[in-house]
Amino acid sequence: MIGVSFEGVSVHLDGHPIIRSLDLEIPARSWVGVIGPNGAGKTTLVRALTGAASATGTIRVGDDRVSDLDRRSLARRIAYVPQLPYIPRSMTVTDYVLMGRTPYISYFGVETREDIHVVEGVLDRLDLRAFADRPLGSLSGGELQRVLLGRAFAQRAPILLLDEPTAALDVGHQQQVLELVDSLRKEQDLTVISAMHDLTLAGQFTDRLILLRDGQIVAEGTAEEVLTEAAIASHYGASVKIVRDNGTLVVIPTREGRSS
Amino acid sequence: MGDSELRPTTLNNVWLTAGLAGLGLAVVVAVMVGPVPLRPGPVVKELLDRLPFVDVSSGLDQRQAAILWELRMPRVVLAGLVGATLSLCGAAYQGVFRNPLADPYLLGVAAGAGLGATLAIVYLPGRSGWPIDPLPLAAFVGALVGVFATYTLGRSGSRSRTASTLILSGVAIASFLTAIQTFVQQRESDTLRQVFSWILGQLTTASWGQVGLVLPYLTLSAVAILLHRRLLDVMAVGDEEADSLGVDTRRIRLLVVIAASLGTAAAVSVSGLIAFVGIIVPHTVRLLFGSSYRIVLPLSLIFGAGFLILTDLAARTMIAPAELPIGVITAFMGAPFFVLVLRRSRSVT
Repeated sequence: MIGVSFEGVSVHLDGHPIIRSLDLEIPARSWVGVIGPNGAGKTTLVRALTGAASATGTIRVGDDRVSDLDRRSLARRIAYVPQLPYIPRSMTVTDYVLMGRTPYISYFGVETREDIHVVEGVLDRLDLRAFADRPLGSLSGGELQRVLLGRAFAQRAPILLLDEPTAALDVGHQQQVLELVDSLRKEQDLTVISAMHDLTLAGQFTDRLILLRDGQIVAEGTAEEVLTEAAIASHYGASVKIVRDNGTLVVIPTREGRSS
Repeated sequence: MGDSELRPTTLNNVWLTAGLAGLGLAVVVAVMVGPVPLRPGPVVKELLDRLPFVDVSSGLDQRQAAILWELRMPRVVLAGLVGATLSLCGAAYQGVFRNPLADPYLLGVAAGAGLGATLAIVYLPGRSGWPIDPLPLAAFVGALVGVFATYTLGRSGSRSRTASTLILSGVAIASFLTAIQTFVQQRESDTLRQVFSWILGQLTTASWGQVGLVLPYLTLSAVAILLHRRLLDVMAVGDEEADSLGVDTRRIRLLVVIAASLGTAAAVSVSGLIAFVGIIVPHTVRLLFGSSYRIVLPLSLIFGAGFLILTDLAARTMIAPAELPIGVITAFMGAPFFVLVLRRSRSVT
């Protein structure tokens, strides 16, 4: 149960500022959605947290500065599912999820009974037991997304970092995957940070939204506070209507001249 | 739930035993065949007799035993060691570069080793009197220069690095290093013959002395690579993801490349330049047994040994009493194989 904080964090890629002096506090056990138009810096913000993008300023995970942690310690705190993970097609589901135990295995070591036991628990929890021996290349998009979560979950890290977790899924599987993340978060007291494209789903599943534009936070708060027609018009350049449905917000794109 | 055991991929003992049995068979066949044929029964008995606590009389006369132990056996053992090393190193390079076409020959490693060895032969004439022969070390340094130059060039080209970019830069580096080597070798004509015989390979004149010379390097290289088998599987998901799982991909790549270059340089220093073994064997293992490095590395070692022993057998018998250079046969098989791998890797990525 640890949170994350950013203090004056900037990231430059090839000399261009991608994240500009960003301050952000993510409390433990919350789910924060990072939204914003293409190129706003969502993925870079996520990569700064994994150490893949080198940042200036201070990023803390719990009480530790990310820059002070070695890779292994960081991997025990943050489990990361990238937007476009590389899928070794002939690797089995068991082997792939077992890879999540890497931060607990010494350099030349091999997996112990304990590691295999953890993977058994993960496969059972994610209804993947029947797929255990299947190669990744034979899975459907929804099954594969569960396997990716499974590897992250096997890391037993208190912080789950998801970059566009539902980008390649149909609407039914998007809901299933996000419901799964939500229940895992509650069972395990995880802190979840996810970059998201779909504003409606982002509003429905997360506790707080961060709206990024040009590497800066332009709006922050609950879905009610962030998802306004004016904000989406000005930051996404999109024409939308916000409709309230059963206490959640639905963002509907509209087309000028055709909306009645 | 929890009823059936999970089965993480491991090396299957049946495959391992079958591989070792096949290797044993290849050794027996290879020592039997030659200008003076030896019969299988006595050969097997003679080999068993050398095992500790086994005492059988083979019935080979002194001359036959000498042919077996002083002529054929060193050559078979050396071919086996070289084949095992080139295959294992090929698989290791493919793992750390995530490139199915990586091969000691195509990465410029072998050309670098050739240049290093040539410089040692030409400019260190008194080296036979040295306590340690500097030739393998010079080849090792050359091999490292070759592979790092290829990797750097392949990375600098474009952001969208593909399998072919690395191989193309390997071809460029190999040509460049070979050009320098040819220049040095032609300018110093006193040592020309020595350099030539080194480059063409010395399996023909194999001796136990050569086996002893390279065995420590090959063992060190093989142990270091095999210890990385789990980490090479983690490397398969790419640097950024592997890093996020808590491993240091740059350090792994550096260590494995150094180990593989040491092995390649030592192998090349007794066998000359032999292409494609590092592609043919690991890919055959992948097709037959699976692509986890826990399987590919140990089986490439065993099958690579058997493969080169049989290839060498073909090289010395096909046009007997003359001999074909062994590299001719591996290239003959390797070039079509290369096309096959290229097509497969295109359809996957």
